[in-house]
Amino acid sequence: MAATVVPPPQVDLSGDPRRHRRERAMGIVFTVAALVSVLISALILVSLFAKGLQFFTEVEWGRVFANDAWNPRQERFSLSTIVVGSLIVTGVAMVVAAPLGLGAAVYLSEYAGPRLRSLLKPILEVLAGIPSVVLGVFALNWIAPEVVGTLFGEREGRTGSMLAAGIGVGILTIPLMASVSEDAMRAVPASLRHASAGLGARKLSTTLRVVVPAAVSGIVAAFILSASRAIGETMVVFIAGGAADSAAFSSNPLEGSLTMTAAMASLATGTEGVRGADLAVPSLYFVGIVLFLLTLGLNMIANRFVRRVRQAY
Amino acid sequence: MALTTVTSSSRGAVEGSVARALRGSRTDVKGRLFELALVACLLGSLLVLGVLLTSVVTDGLPVYSERGWEFLDGGLSASADRAGISQGIVGSFWIAVSVVVLAIPIGIGAAVYLEEYAPRNRLTTFIELNIRNLAGVPSVVYGLLGLAIFVEALGGFTSHDDANRRTLAAAGVTLAVLVMPIIVITTAEALRAVPQALREGAYGVGATRWEVIRTQVLPYAAPGILTGALLSIARAVGEAAPLIVVGAVTGFFSQGAGLNVANVTDPGHLTERFVALPTIVTNWAAEPEAQFKEANASATIIGMLVFVLLVNSLAIVLRNRFEKKRSS
Repeated sequence: MAATVVPPPQVDLSGDPRRHRRERAMGIVFTVAALVSVLISALILVSLFAKGLQFFTEVEWGRVFANDAWNPRQERFSLSTIVVGSLIVTGVAMVVAAPLGLGAAVYLSEYAGPRLRSLLKPILEVLAGIPSVVLGVFALNWIAPEVVGTLFGEREGRTGSMLAAGIGVGILTIPLMASVSEDAMRAVPASLRHASAGLGARKLSTTLRVVVPAAVSGIVAAFILSASRAIGETMVVFIAGGAADSAAFSSNPLEGSLTMTAAMASLATGTEGVRGADLAVPSLYFVGIVLFLLTLGLNMIANRFVRRVRQAY
Repeated sequence: MALTTVTSSSRGAVEGSVARALRGSRTDVKGRLFELALVACLLGSLLVLGVLLTSVVTDGLPVYSERGWEFLDGGLSASADRAGISQGIVGSFWIAVSVVVLAIPIGIGAAVYLEEYAPRNRLTTFIELNIRNLAGVPSVVYGLLGLAIFVEALGGFTSHDDANRRTLAAAGVTLAVLVMPIIVITTAEALRAVPQALREGAYGVGATRWEVIRTQVLPYAAPGILTGALLSIARAVGEAAPLIVVGAVTGFFSQGAGLNVANVTDPGHLTERFVALPTIVTNWAAEPEAQFKEANASATIIGMLVFVLLVNSLAIVLRNRFEKKRSS
């Protein structure tokens, strides 16, 4: 018997062509959005290097490596002056932020009960949300006279200093330090704590000998990220750093000076006025390049540490 | 039997002594001290916040009690008694608008691409790494980007006066670019938290990828996305460094001062020179006069903080509420 093969009915399973078109269009929209971020990076690099190029070719490099002063309007480009300023401010900031932030993180992660935690954590997050100009004014109007002035004596005419600015930047970085290291400690599995307690260790020993060592790469990452944030912080130093638009080389934290960021801000404040001085504007981009590469390097190192935490557990 | 004679009232005492014997006789002095030190760290940080707010309020509040609306409504001035912040409010308003209009849609779009569309390949890894690094670039460097690209190269599009290209539009775009990586990162996190079962269920009934995203993924992730968006608005409104580099006005400028809905929301401001609340604070903090440096600067900070902290707390509350709901 010859079977009559019934051809399958021709049903169009591909659906509404409008749906297909919309599907493709949305895919393109999202891809373009993602590529915008690549475009932004490219634009940052292009603008920094295109505008900074003139500085590289025309500057007398002896002036860049001199230790005299930063005053671009008078052709003084001592890089060490503002780098040392940045190092001092960052150093002071880390002395403030590292112990306070780490201590707060250990308490929140290991000691505080869930209720206390849910109360304290948001307050720390509020601190994280305070704009840096606010810390700048606070450092100028309160930290400089009340803290620095009380500890080291008032000085005639002193309004701000690298120390006051550094403390302000430190306060600003406490929440970052605390939240990244708290995340690292909370990622340590509870079984490690239980095992330690089972061996008879006290809370103190468990915390210091088990939890903190297990979370150490996260804590290092927190430290590096905070330092990078402190180096990039502009407004606190610009407002409370105690120097207007030029600074002589100084390694004394009680003096006023400029950091890389504050030097850029003060140079940009009068960009209309500096057209006469040839290399002033290119020097702005030159400092931008140095700052960009420095923070990029620090952040990439920190990211590597953060990833190590994730891989371990 | 000896054990059965223990009455219930004395059982607690016996258990206590057994616990003490097991724990050892010494109280853990070191442990207590350590805990105290930790509490001190935490309270120290919170105390700073308290001192900061008190100092700002005591310096700035008299300005409001003496001048009230006039301070908000007035324009920039060389006289501390007449200076007001209306132009700063206009600037900050339009900066927030440009974040909402530019950074939030593009940031969410980029995150959707990375989490829902992107194949796991080198390009995707590169884009992710790139966004993480962008989030760490100091804000002042974004100012240089704004100055070189949005003011000098593209300023002609936003300015009607070729001599002055330092417009509010250029500043708004710069800050939108600055906060976009933050939005991408928080949105991507929210999208990763969407259960895979939701997507599979929607695919199972024949939805296309975009339909899955629109009807399942985005609604589920909405609270997380909104939190990130709010945080980024607060960040942009508080940011001063890039605005200074882009060219915020440092002295004063004439511009229709006076606050009313029609005046603030007039898009014509976008093509004009600008100030924003944080740049006003910066300029006034540099004045020698205490009335500017302390009173007026602090009063401006109060205005800015009310907005920033309100938006931030809203974001934190929103996130905590949904975290609790989902985990239970």
